[in-house]
Amino acid sequence: MAELKSKDVLGLEHMSADEIQLILDTADSMREIIDRPIKQVPTLRGRNVLSLFYESSTRTKISFDLACRYLSAGAVSVAKSGSSLDKGESLRDTVRNVEVMGPELVIMRHPSGGAPHYLAQNVTSSVINAGDGYHEHPTQGLLDMMSVRRRTGTLEGLKVTIVGDLFHSRVARSDIWGFQKMGSEVVVSAPSTLIPPDIEEMGCRVEPRVEDALKDADVVCVLRLQLERQKQSFFPSVREYHALYGINARRLGLARPGALLMHPGPMNRGVEITTDIADGPQSIILDQVPNGVAVRMALLYLLLGGGE
Amino acid sequence: MNSEEKANLRQKAQIMDADAISRALVRISHEIVEKNSGTEGIILVGIHRRGVPLAERLARQIERIEGTEVPCGNLDITLYRDDLTLRHDRPLVQGTYVPIDITSRTVILVDDVLFTGRTIRAAMDALMDFGRPGAIQVVALVDRGHRELPIRADFVGKNVPTSRQEVVEVAVREIDGFEEVVIMERIGGEASNGGVEE
Amino acid sequence: MQKILIKGGHVIDLGNGRDTKADLLVEGNRIAAIGDQLTVEGAEVVDAEGCTVSPGFVDLHVHLREPGFEYKEDIFTGTRAAARGGFTSIVCMPNTEPVIDDETGVRFVRDKAGQHGAVRVYPAGAVTKGQKGEEIAEIGLMHEAGAKMFSDDGLPVVSARVMSTALTYSKMFGVPISTHEEDPTLAGDGAVNFGRISTLMGLPGMPEEAETVMIARDLELCRRVGGHLHIGHVSTARSVALIAGAKEDGVNVTCEVTPHHLTLTEDLVRESDYDTNTKMKPPLRTESDRRALVTALREGIIDAVATDHAPHSFDDKDREYIFADNGIVGLETAFALLHDRLVLPGDLPLHRLIEALTAAPARILGVDAGTLREGALADIAILRTDQEWAVNPGDFASKGRNTPLVGWSLTGKVETVLVDGKIVMRGGELL
Repeated sequence: MAELKSKDVLGLEHMSADEIQLILDTADSMREIIDRPIKQVPTLRGRNVLSLFYESSTRTKISFDLACRYLSAGAVSVAKSGSSLDKGESLRDTVRNVEVMGPELVIMRHPSGGAPHYLAQNVTSSVINAGDGYHEHPTQGLLDMMSVRRRTGTLEGLKVTIVGDLFHSRVARSDIWGFQKMGSEVVVSAPSTLIPPDIEEMGCRVEPRVEDALKDADVVCVLRLQLERQKQSFFPSVREYHALYGINARRLGLARPGALLMHPGPMNRGVEITTDIADGPQSIILDQVPNGVAVRMALLYLLLGGGE
Repeated sequence: MNSEEKANLRQKAQIMDADAISRALVRISHEIVEKNSGTEGIILVGIHRRGVPLAERLARQIERIEGTEVPCGNLDITLYRDDLTLRHDRPLVQGTYVPIDITSRTVILVDDVLFTGRTIRAAMDALMDFGRPGAIQVVALVDRGHRELPIRADFVGKNVPTSRQEVVEVAVREIDGFEEVVIMERIGGEASNGGVEE
Repeated sequence: MQKILIKGGHVIDLGNGRDTKADLLVEGNRIAAIGDQLTVEGAEVVDAEGCTVSPGFVDLHVHLREPGFEYKEDIFTGTRAAARGGFTSIVCMPNTEPVIDDETGVRFVRDKAGQHGAVRVYPAGAVTKGQKGEEIAEIGLMHEAGAKMFSDDGLPVVSARVMSTALTYSKMFGVPISTHEEDPTLAGDGAVNFGRISTLMGLPGMPEEAETVMIARDLELCRRVGGHLHIGHVSTARSVALIAGAKEDGVNVTCEVTPHHLTLTEDLVRESDYDTNTKMKPPLRTESDRRALVTALREGIIDAVATDHAPHSFDDKDREYIFADNGIVGLETAFALLHDRLVLPGDLPLHRLIEALTAAPARILGVDAGTLREGALADIAILRTDQEWAVNPGDFASKGRNTPLVGWSLTGKVETVLVDGKIVMRGGELL
């Protein structure tokens, strides 16, 4: 089975374990290309990819752009600022334009949950969700799984602890779905104001005390704290957040010896994560970056590699 | 080739058995050593999938003859194929492993069947992305003709005249559990993927 | 004088103790007689055999969008949509452009409806000037001009002091203040119910307490200062409990519920994969909320059904979920949806549904409607409770096509409608 079921990658919730496995296996092969001196293969020559970023993004956008370049696909990126996306053009009109321009694949980031679904329902091109509202960020979930699997060999039976702003995190949602499908146990922890209601329905366990959540973890995934949330009174101060939920060497020590430490970036050093461990031996944060390119190459290949 | 197409095939003749394959590989090992005046600077690279075990066997055989270890790698050419958009399925991308810098070395590509030449063309493109080889030589266990590109094998196990509609299937112990080379013919209908190498 | 004889129907008008087969004679714009086997010389006969004959429906909550948003709906199309749904009297909300917050605005709508309207229109005046929630509007003058209800619908009256003043002031005219209960600090930019679905769909949520804390406040204000508090589109189980408690204490409160909150839940957001026709205020809630609403309607804690008919253009809805406008159309599907989903399964008796669509809202509004008593205005809806039809927004009289019910098969149809003694719809076709 060398196929994805859908023409689109909108989230991990509806993806099967077989599909995730295929993507991760393919991404491992792609990773080898990134490590070559000449990082380009002709696979998708003549194929066109359009990126629509309705929200600012640096690393995800660069990662997709590199993935296109490494596979020789033509890539055009449109960011919100200064483009028609910023001039009140409706998504419907953008969709119509996309249809006429005819890229084989569209990558979309958008502040509204469900916007890539709307696009996918209305165009024949494949659509990859590069983050929609605080719904899902499937490529981040996949690269997180890939980064862990390359170290541990399997995701089966691992305890994955996710700490941070779960409420506003699309990364957390994709990680929760993805790791569980691959046989991991997922535990989440956050200040009570940053835990979305009924999150247990996703199958994960909530541990309000971060120390309890970290106990015996094989993987610790630290989420970025959006500092502007303080103004919305989700937490009283950065100082208190750091004191109660910041991951430092002492807290990381509660996890299994050698537990892996991840962060989707960009990091607020000294807030949700301390510098000593972010740059320490347990950190695989820098692996996550090339793995992100590899996962995106794998998806481009799996969605565009075959014929009609 | 998908299973539906496979069901439309019937074995026409066996052209090599396990012993014949083994003898051909021993002979090719000697020819490689002879042509390259030893093993200095050579690297064997098997093309996925069945070229890989064949290359490994050649490496072991050469080591037995010459007493020196020959580096051996493998190559997945999926990402270099020129027919990706013509295929209905998406071939699984396997790993590629080239153990040493190939620049200025003699790279010996190993594949099971040489047919149109497109696989070797793709493999040469892939190799170029790893460095600038001094020379590239080609080993094919079976050369069945019908070249579409100006490519020839330097070492051949067996030349087999075939028609375009026929299919040559190689089985090797490491992948299939048994060893043989057979010609299959189609039951009615024309070849649906002429010119596409499996 | 023109005479119409409605023959052979089953007349339901519990307010006058009637739930029997009977003939009904209309003379001019009044109901002249109800009885067995009436025969009248020269009367036009409407065959109602196998049909239910109900007072015309009264809707306390409609957005006609005129003036200002005629691209979404206007008085002509909105009142025709009402007629198609069996509604003969409707209250239209003042959140137009400009806001209907003075007697000129009220007269404009009344005059326009008098000329072009298919049904009776009672404009609601704004509670506060410009619906800004700061100073109370000219309730007295608007009342003189014909406003029978006051509301800042679409927006809450955020200030408790202003709400208290409005209730106190409205007592002089005996008019209800209809509310949109939504604490903005809790509701935030919520697009769906806060809970399971907001978490799974990654959409901002609006918690039920955004509604309940505001209801609790207004109930306390009404308890203290009096007036007639009418709570619009109640959507949660706790809202119902609060209102039930206040009613028990004798607080002068009434309330309404929409057909969609009685029949749909937040799960539809997920099942429809972000269909923006599941986006409304208040949002669709949970199944336990829905059940509590049905029970409360059956028991009379919720007085009336009101559609909150909220037409929008295609473009206003065809957007990203968080940017799409709130609301759905309801006039043309209300009876069928409620009959199909609540009456047929036995969750709500037909006579109670009809009461909640007729006598109850008429009483709240203080108008002589929703009754089939002899001498009453002849506003009548003739219903086929056995007819199945599929919802096709292309057939709507409304400009709004925004409904999540597209393609739904519903049993129960409005057949013939009389307004002021004149047939405006016959055999399901508007005249």
